[in-house]
Amino acid sequence: MSITRSLLDAVRAEMDKAALKELRSVSIRVGELTAVEPEALRFCFEASIKGTPFEGAALEIEEAPLRGRCKDCGNVFRMALFERNCAGCGGSSIEIAGGNELDLVSMEGV
Amino acid sequence: MHEILIEKKILARNDEIAARNRKALSGKGVYAINMVSAPGAGKTSLIERMAAELKAIGIGFAVVEGDLEGDFDSRRIERHGIPALQITTGRACHLDAHQVSHALPWVFAQTGIELLVIENVGNMVCPAEYDLGEDMKVMVMSAAEGDDKPLKYPAIFAASEVLIINKTDLAPHTDFDIKMARDNALKVNPYLKVFETSCRTGAGVAEWAGFLAVAVRGKR
Ligand SMILES: [Zn+2]
Repeated sequence: MSITRSLLDAVRAEMDKAALKELRSVSIRVGELTAVEPEALRFCFEASIKGTPFEGAALEIEEAPLRGRCKDCGNVFRMALFERNCAGCGGSSIEIAGGNELDLVSMEGV
Repeated sequence: MHEILIEKKILARNDEIAARNRKALSGKGVYAINMVSAPGAGKTSLIERMAAELKAIGIGFAVVEGDLEGDFDSRRIERHGIPALQITTGRACHLDAHQVSHALPWVFAQTGIELLVIENVGNMVCPAEYDLGEDMKVMVMSAAEGDDKPLKYPAIFAASEVLIINKTDLAPHTDFDIKMARDNALKVNPYLKVFETSCRTGAGVAEWAGFLAVAVRGKR
């Protein structure tokens, strides 16, 4: 999966910046509304780091829920998939306020 | 042991290159669309059909094709007098902004171009996340697929501005329900503009091309 390659490229750049030699763990955030399936990503990550300097590094995945923001009252709420009504005011102008994340959060190494 | 806080988008590098592509295209007055779909949804046939319609409106365009291998699709498009460049992605299942950046000098060398059509690799997953620098993402699904596809792959439908339901001529012969597909897509993304086309009969292509022409001309 290409996302894994992009992730490893980003990790490599950050390690160079911090002058780390060895990666112990990397922590990422994956939104519910991305095309990335966390378990598939984990499988692909583990397969991709075999035989590389990253071998043995742990991948921590934090899943970010889909959230909506009501354009009428500003209420931000946990959105069931494709729900379009605000629980606060009943308004139906909802914009996506979270769930699109594909973030490199942190990493540990020596 | 060091713990480093990063808080960056994983695709930050791709997004930077996409932003540069967008600026370069805009500087040359070229509007770009990124067409995504599952394999076999009929994107190439749709582009062939669009050629005549856009020519009638007077919009010149070029096509950049992402393909796993070969140049079969670009030769099909060139037969309609449309310049087409094939990018072979090898093992990658989608185009990225970097690959598109290498195609831009070719695009800018074409004469009379107002529109760049980027035909992405047939795949419903990765293209949802990789910005190429396009102005409009266009999802093409065919009536040979399931009408519940928007619910199974919401990310790509949520990221698109336009949905084209293609091969509508097949719908009577399958259990594909066009209205159900449309409703499911709008549930995921209520802002989607939906068109129904058939490349066999040509139905709906003029309407889609007309909408696209307004968007292209609106950028100037
Ligand atoms: Zn509200």
